Amino acid sequence: MRAIDYQAPTSLSEAVSIMAANGDRARPLAGGTDVLVQLRGGRREADVVLDTKKIPELNGLNLNDNGLQLGAAVPCFQIYQNSAVAAAYPGLIDAAGMIGSIQIQGRATVGGNLCNAAPSGDTIPPVITLSGEAHINGPNGWRTMPAENFCTGPGRNALENGELLVAIQLPAPAANSGTAYLRFIPRNEMDIAVAGVSSTVQLDASGQTIQSARIALASVGPTPILATAAGDSLAGKAISDDAIAEAGQLASEAATPITDMRGTIRQRHHLVDVLTRRTLNIAIRRARGEE
Amino acid sequence: MPGLVHVTTTINGNQTDFLCEPRQSLLECLRDVVGMTGSKEGCNDGNCGACTVNMDGRIVCSCLVLGVEAQGAEVNTIEGVASAEGLHPIQQSFLENAALQCGICTPGFIVATKALLEAEPDADEARIRHWLAGNLCRCTGYDKIVRAVLDAGERMRAG
Repeated sequence: MRAIDYQAPTSLSEAVSIMAANGDRARPLAGGTDVLVQLRGGRREADVVLDTKKIPELNGLNLNDNGLQLGAAVPCFQIYQNSAVAAAYPGLIDAAGMIGSIQIQGRATVGGNLCNAAPSGDTIPPVITLSGEAHINGPNGWRTMPAENFCTGPGRNALENGELLVAIQLPAPAANSGTAYLRFIPRNEMDIAVAGVSSTVQLDASGQTIQSARIALASVGPTPILATAAGDSLAGKAISDDAIAEAGQLASEAATPITDMRGTIRQRHHLVDVLTRRTLNIAIRRARGEE
Repeated sequence: MPGLVHVTTTINGNQTDFLCEPRQSLLECLRDVVGMTGSKEGCNDGNCGACTVNMDGRIVCSCLVLGVEAQGAEVNTIEGVASAEGLHPIQQSFLENAALQCGICTPGFIVATKALLEAEPDADEARIRHWLAGNLCRCTGYDKIVRAVLDAGERMRAG
């Protein structure tokens, strides 16, 4: 790795000034599991690495009536080891507990997963289907955006020079709602998704009708994809294999995969269909309190 | 050009000071600056786990940590696993079960195993294989390692 300057500011304002002063020559560091590999391999360059782990706003994990405020520098293990968070957001835990190894989960963050903007980022689809919002601070103050708009291309995100992703806000889980994330990999652990799907459903009080659903896909397009038509197709429908099969089909049509070393276009379309149906069924069981 | 940074950290219970460049990984600092070569470099990108150390109670790949991030941290490495009285039960189990051949991956496996068994001495085979998925071994085929970890758990439960 070429020489860098390391800064570890203890306030958000100081961090934003450093980011603004260095423009695209500054890189935020949270868990480092992507950025250090990229800097070492020459895939990204930086003069300044800004460690975000001493900035209070990026390191909070606050669950309250408004939902979860998840600091962008909070590592995965802190999320899944927090029993209240794990109980409230099992779909997020599905993903946070499957990224890399135990070693990686000790450092890697959901915020970093979003900022790295890999199409395969496992935590991004559940953040999207849970209606997560990115809270961003920069030289011009605060702005927020829906998580589905945050990734703009492979390895590219919506942050302007000088801006930092501070936190991800997830709304409080509604009664009778459920979320699940699954990915397909040829191994049991330590692999990059060939395809991944997250589904969130909101059921009525009887648990028999889907009021609304959101479905998001990983590894089947240049960015994670919110499959709007697939989710909307379930709104107002009684739960049935036919309704779930139609959503699987529509999700598969929303995918724009490529053929690469991990899988083919045809396989990925098929996987999205299967994983959509499976995650919908898990999300429904979770919404009913059955698992 | 950024200069050297003075880092004060605790390694295996001992306060340790070292100077490093900000770009240097904790693994480089341990091996090349502090002179503790027990932690190994395998892939240098977080896949193989040979560089596993325990940092503030969590196992991490020390190749994916900057040395400067160790400021104020508690780092525990393979060098701190044995005591003056002798080998740790995990080390003894690895030896007796022949859970190593070339040995390069072994320090990482032992540091990772220690973190698991201290929290869950009754971890079963599925849990062990899941926990150690981030440690690669190209010699043993893993079976002997898993057997050694199960055996070490028994020894640790027996105290």
